[in-house]
Amino acid sequence: MDRVNLKINGQPIQARAGQSLLAVARDNGIDIPTLCHLDGLSGVGACRLCLVEVAGVGRLLPACTTPVQHDMDVRTDSPRLARYRRMILELLFSERNHVCAVCVSNGHCDLQAMAQSQGMTHVRFPYLYPPLKVDASHRRYVLDHNRCILCTRCVRVCAEVEGAHMWDVMSRGVHSRLVAELNQPWGDSQVCTSCGKCVAVCPTGALAEKGRAVGEMQKPPLHLTDLALLRGGLS
Amino acid sequence: MNRKIRIATSWLDGCSGCHMSFLDIDERLLTVLDKFEIVYGPLVDAKQVPEGIDVALVEGAVSNQDDLELIQQLRARSSLLISLGDCAVTSNVPAMRNPHPLGKILERVYIENAQADQQIPANGVPPLLRHARPLHEVVKVDLHIPGCPPAPDLIFHCIAELLAGRTPNLETRARFG
Repeated sequence: MDRVNLKINGQPIQARAGQSLLAVARDNGIDIPTLCHLDGLSGVGACRLCLVEVAGVGRLLPACTTPVQHDMDVRTDSPRLARYRRMILELLFSERNHVCAVCVSNGHCDLQAMAQSQGMTHVRFPYLYPPLKVDASHRRYVLDHNRCILCTRCVRVCAEVEGAHMWDVMSRGVHSRLVAELNQPWGDSQVCTSCGKCVAVCPTGALAEKGRAVGEMQKPPLHLTDLALLRGGLS
Repeated sequence: MNRKIRIATSWLDGCSGCHMSFLDIDERLLTVLDKFEIVYGPLVDAKQVPEGIDVALVEGAVSNQDDLELIQQLRARSSLLISLGDCAVTSNVPAMRNPHPLGKILERVYIENAQADQQIPANGVPPLLRHARPLHEVVKVDLHIPGCPPAPDLIFHCIAELLAGRTPNLETRARFG
């Protein structure tokens, strides 16, 4: 097997060729913050929180989609990265209507926890307050676009683990929206197996079980094997 | 310093929960009570915003004309202005009206869904602003204490730090919601 020697935060590290920087860093006990990454799903670099500095590269690179290379010199933490990560979080909060206080995922939300751990105390960008819909057409689950950060974990788990590929993302930029099939009500989907994998992996309150009140939507951390076996119902 | 620190508190578009949390500091307040006095706010009787406030703790979003005038007055008369709680920091629940046109909301609430006396109130109530906004979008804010409400421990920590002459560092201590 091809071995790759590199440095992360000054520490010499040996990795297998083809591994991502994120995987190698975490294997070696170096945590890099992420929201869109989930072990077992393909990496897409959607949330940009895992941006790292690589010596000799003029721009920041997402660790989850950057393969390791010989003699790479990587920094996973610096004042500049902390500044960018906080900015990314503030942009996520300003882009949609994240009202933690009345969210089903309050207290169990990856976005909320990430904001705290990255030291975000307020949002310096003007809030956009977009008028967004809630799709409650599914019998058991609900999609709230107000809370969606477009991490596409649901899209990937549905396509790559469940094999249904019911979710996708339409439009571009700030108009991007999660869609069921070809933009139809979730409840009308012929493809959805109602397995609940998308709900289980959603880092926020965007996908939740119906009937949950504020703070009641707990999503236990699931490994890929648990996820593969999930057939409806998280509790 | 022998002079007592002059603290003002205020409550714009919020639920008073942050003030309740402030009071939930309970007997620990007594341990620092000789160091400060509350010169304005719903907890005391002052009718006018006094001059020379050292620290203003403001709860709630800026949602109407009165809020706007009050926050500007507080800013002008305070050395340090603190956003207390999610409504002040993010505009939170009061901002849930923001995606919708103001006229439509008023019509829905006071005409369509009103059982009797269908009219949009105009007399004796301050006109609403188009958006409920966090304080820092309207005036300069020196410190943000998120939380709905912020925990009493957190508020006490801030007050204790300020009274000790230090700037509280809330990063990673405070959570939204």
